[in-house]
Amino acid sequence: MALKTFIEAIRETMTEEMRRDESVILLGEDVGLKGGVFLATDGLFAEFGEDRVIDTPLSESMIIGTSIGAAMNGLRPIAEIQFADFIHPAFNQLVSEAARMRYRSNNGFGVPMTVRAPYGGGVHGALYHSQSVEAFFAHVPGLKVVIPSTPYDAAGLLRSSIRDDDPVLYFEHKKMYRSVRGDVPADDYLVPLGKAAITHPGTQITVLAYGLMAHYALEAADVVAEEGVSVEVVDLRTLRPLDKETVLSSVKKTGKCLIVYEDNRFLGYGAELSAIIAEEAFDYLDGPVSRVAGPDVPGVPYNHVLEDWFMVNPEKIADGIRKLAAY
Amino acid sequence: MAATKPKAGAAGVSELAASVGLTDDDLIGMYRVIATARAVDERMWVLNRAGRIPFVISGQGHEDAQAAIAWPLEKRKDWIAPFYRSIATCLAFGMQARDILTAQYAKAIDLSSGGRQMPGHYGNVANNLVSLSSPVATQMLHAVGIALAAKLRKTGQVALTTMGEGSSNQGDVHEGLNFAAIHKLPFILCIENNGYAISVPVSKQLAVPDVAARASGYGIPGVIVDGADVLGCYRAAKEAVDRARRGEGPTLIEAKVIRLTAHSSDDQQTKYRSAEELADLQQQDPLPRFRKELRDAGVLTEELEATIAAEVKADIDAATDYAESAADPDPRTAMKWVFAEDWPGETPPTWGFGGGHGLEGHEGDTSAAEGAVD
Ligand SMILES: Cc1ncc(C[n+]2csc(CCOP(=O)(O)OP(=O)(O)O)c2C)c(N)n1
Repeated sequence: MALKTFIEAIRETMTEEMRRDESVILLGEDVGLKGGVFLATDGLFAEFGEDRVIDTPLSESMIIGTSIGAAMNGLRPIAEIQFADFIHPAFNQLVSEAARMRYRSNNGFGVPMTVRAPYGGGVHGALYHSQSVEAFFAHVPGLKVVIPSTPYDAAGLLRSSIRDDDPVLYFEHKKMYRSVRGDVPADDYLVPLGKAAITHPGTQITVLAYGLMAHYALEAADVVAEEGVSVEVVDLRTLRPLDKETVLSSVKKTGKCLIVYEDNRFLGYGAELSAIIAEEAFDYLDGPVSRVAGPDVPGVPYNHVLEDWFMVNPEKIADGIRKLAAY
Repeated sequence: MAATKPKAGAAGVSELAASVGLTDDDLIGMYRVIATARAVDERMWVLNRAGRIPFVISGQGHEDAQAAIAWPLEKRKDWIAPFYRSIATCLAFGMQARDILTAQYAKAIDLSSGGRQMPGHYGNVANNLVSLSSPVATQMLHAVGIALAAKLRKTGQVALTTMGEGSSNQGDVHEGLNFAAIHKLPFILCIENNGYAISVPVSKQLAVPDVAARASGYGIPGVIVDGADVLGCYRAAKEAVDRARRGEGPTLIEAKVIRLTAHSSDDQQTKYRSAEELADLQQQDPLPRFRKELRDAGVLTEELEATIAAEVKADIDAATDYAESAADPDPRTAMKWVFAEDWPGETPPTWGFGGGHGLEGHEGDTSAAEGAVD
């Protein structure tokens, strides 16, 4: 066991995977000599050289589209999109191509590709360096969407993603890169895709969260615990495929559910969770399935007062829990 | 696809074949592909008019260029990312008339997609033909990525992609050519320029007369060939393949072709093409031109021509019967292959309204897709 930051866990896992499997390559903007704008790939260029760590031109559609082709011809590319906000030029390649390749070829072709992208706000990134984009992609059958929240999960899920035979979008909350630390075993363990984790057992209210919000939910759970409210926090870890079983059994046990996400509220990932719970746990509910989410403005505004207004934080989550507890 | 350069005068090597380093068998092979492609294409239209298949997108007029340009590539080693007109390309690269027709009928046995895709979306793993989608030009980047993997894995493979001149305006083409050129990837882009993107003439698609002119912006060769000149197309493609295998990077080939049919079975081309233009088109048909070239060179005798014609017809008749009688895909398989493995965890509750995927007894109504296939 070693204490690592979130970004160290990601960097070291990529390094190990590239050592383990020659077919793993890395491509993206500034991932080479510079080691990425967040230094997630620092040192990889020196170890693996320019053939396997490719500084691409500024062409996101190309980064994804060529990764798809390379994946069909024997490689396992890790494509880095510098900021999740800039993944949109590659939307067509992800949604029309990567997601559908296996289905449309009746299992003839697969796309074993991992797309990594830093997402999320609270870092003075404003409209175009703060976005949460998971809902766009979690909507699409054929794409797997992973959002880890701890260094342990970051490493175990990244290994699983790289070794998966289908395209995986792996989103990393950039605020967590250096602020989150945790134990990471030295061995080659996997955290399976499609499995949520109960990170704080409780009895009265289920809080569903992922990424940075999984941390804030834990903080909020501790705050309300002092007030006598017992919260069960479920860290989803994989958004698609969803671990419906863990979600539903927690909600059936507690009877109340608060969903927390940083993305815009309307049609965000929590909307699907609410629908599933309403449909499949209706008889168990003692209160409205509720959401604490980002407001519906087209981006996170820059000024710190405005940014604070936008961001979901532990206090806002604790407020939501209190209201639901009182229902 | 001769290994060593055949010499004129040797058995089975006419002057014509020797002029491009091929044998007469190669020329006959190309002719057979072109003739089969034309015949299967004509059959598709007949079946469409007879109400047997809902949609046709055609390669008529493109076949000579397609067969010749695919010819120097090595089957089951090199890769092609085709487009919807690529019938001759796919036949030259290993697909059979039967594979084209089972795709037309979208039968379970359809090699390209098991009946999941519209006709014209060819591609299958056994022949290294990349599965095609509908948004044009996306296959560009897949071919570039395949070429990247070929270079890194040192496989010696070459990747070719083909598309129309209208599609060449997509950003993916620019992004892919730039990247392929930077890394000198073993990649060939072939633009089959038929002068139209559905109804929009090339003058409204490009500010320059030739797509090939754009190659200079990437520092790669841009070659223009007459798509009715089979040997010229072959020569250009052979050079591009050799160059790619030598590690010298990509080539853009622009084949000037004609579109002998409407854009698709849903298109009324008389709205935008004059009667004179349409009449004149038939005079430019590349197929009789190649046939004459082969006859004049003594490669195609009357007897051989008749034999091939009979064989092609028998092949297509058999393929039609086969495709007609083949089974439709089973709706119970429609949830398969979203991922490599099943994810029963996401299955909606069976008691729900419209739950259980609503697949049992679903008749597969395609009416909404018809008429909106462009
Ligand atoms: C991204 C996208 N936009 C529009 C279409 C509809 N569409 C299909 S084919 C076509 C014309 C393509 O013309 P061109 O590339 O010149 O090829 P051609 O059909 O003439 O062979 C159009 C507009 C599409 N399939 N994809």
